Amino acid sequence: MPRRLALRGVALLYLLVILLAPLGMVFYRTFQHGLEPVWQTLSDPLTVHAFEITLIAAAVAVPLNTVFGVLCALAIVRRRFRGKGLLNAFIDLPLAVSPVVVGLALYLLYGRTGWFGPWLGAHGIQVLFALPAIVLATIFVSVPFVAREVIPTLRELGNEQEQAAATLGATRWQRFWRITLPSIRWAVIYGVILTTARCLGEYGAVAVVSGRIEGKTETATTRVDDLVQNFQTSGAYAISVVLAAIAIGVLVLMMLTKPKEAV
Amino acid sequence: MLPLAALLWEAKKTGKEGFWQAISNPDAVAALKLTFGAALAVVLINSVLGTVTAWVLVRDDFRGKSLVNSVIDLPFALPTIVAGLTLLALYGPNSVVGVHLAFTRTAIVLALCFVTLPFVIRTVQPVLLELDVEMEEAARSLGAGQLTVFRKIVLPNILPGILSGSVLALARALGEIGSLVLIAGATVHTTVASIYVFQLIQDGDSAGAAAVAMVLLAAAFFVLLAVGALRFYVTRHERA
Repeated sequence: MPRRLALRGVALLYLLVILLAPLGMVFYRTFQHGLEPVWQTLSDPLTVHAFEITLIAAAVAVPLNTVFGVLCALAIVRRRFRGKGLLNAFIDLPLAVSPVVVGLALYLLYGRTGWFGPWLGAHGIQVLFALPAIVLATIFVSVPFVAREVIPTLRELGNEQEQAAATLGATRWQRFWRITLPSIRWAVIYGVILTTARCLGEYGAVAVVSGRIEGKTETATTRVDDLVQNFQTSGAYAISVVLAAIAIGVLVLMMLTKPKEAV
Repeated sequence: MLPLAALLWEAKKTGKEGFWQAISNPDAVAALKLTFGAALAVVLINSVLGTVTAWVLVRDDFRGKSLVNSVIDLPFALPTIVAGLTLLALYGPNSVVGVHLAFTRTAIVLALCFVTLPFVIRTVQPVLLELDVEMEEAARSLGAGQLTVFRKIVLPNILPGILSGSVLALARALGEIGSLVLIAGATVHTTVASIYVFQLIQDGDSAGAAAVAMVLLAAAFFVLLAVGALRFYVTRHERA
């Protein structure tokens, strides 16, 4: 019994020191002078703009990666093709690669001396240090989540129901909408939640390619960094609290959508 | 995929010599050493404490356990820059607990522990849940002590979980930047590889950045391979 208590103590203390206490501190520091200053810093047009950029990037990346993720999962589980193992491994790549490396790769591709840079420059399209680069970086880092959630569900599901539907004359499209999609619905939703969280919180890749121009290409996360560097910590705390609140909301959503059997 | 090809191209363009020069630059060596050292330390810490936490979450019972359980995923959901700021708020210059760790190597370990916290817990937890308590009871009834039970029965079963969680945590720790920029910064002693790459990009040295990035990329590939091999090894009974 004492050993059990000791282990519990160790685990809880570790979580407290590393996770809960720091988070609590940010909330305390943000609200220690009341709500008024928080609201003021948040309604700063530059901050509002930074949140807008973040939301735009997420609004493009999430639907795109949802469709791509479901298609990839279907291809990996249901089809046999050459390079399937490779695709399976590559989907995970954004999880393993440093965001800075992702940012650098995009930078090299779309920069002035990059592969696409000269052509884009000649046609007056600016990608790097502009919204397109932020969107691209966000898409890249949030690729794996939907596929990762859907693949195991699809494996367990099997395809007997679909075959039954096919023998009854259902077209491929009908089978997808009536049978496959409803069965993987929760996995997709779970994946979408994770994707959204990642999109809103991306820092490394975006910091490299966005140029971080105040009021133009600054995202919520890079603005936190810039405000801290400029000793405007109260503003940074306010944005952080909003982002942390979103993260906590994400956790609650995850708890609600997660199948019950996992603890 | 194309962006990574461009990265390879850039690294190749500089040639072998330029590549080695960029890698063997003392700053680059220091950054890479620090990154790998800190990542390994963090993986060790989290594989031990993560296993303990997973055990507590599965076998122990106390009020608020489900809340603790859901809090574990917070580092995945929280933007990394916010993670860095939270640590800075508590362990930074204006610390209320009197601990001032900003711009030290301890801060790097702390931040990396934060962001890699869920990996081991989330890979060990399901295995522990499936594990039959009867096996342990049988061993105990035959006179095995707590330690023997853990070493001979529990550990062999959860080891693949610990390993795959550790490998994922390692990958994450090697590439982490967001949580480190605020609390570790880019001082002489605390520049990790990802921040070093970032600095090189800002200085316009994309060839040097690409060279160091290649090392990180190679590490990431290696990690993915390790995960794949582990998955293959663990499921060998099911396939046979």
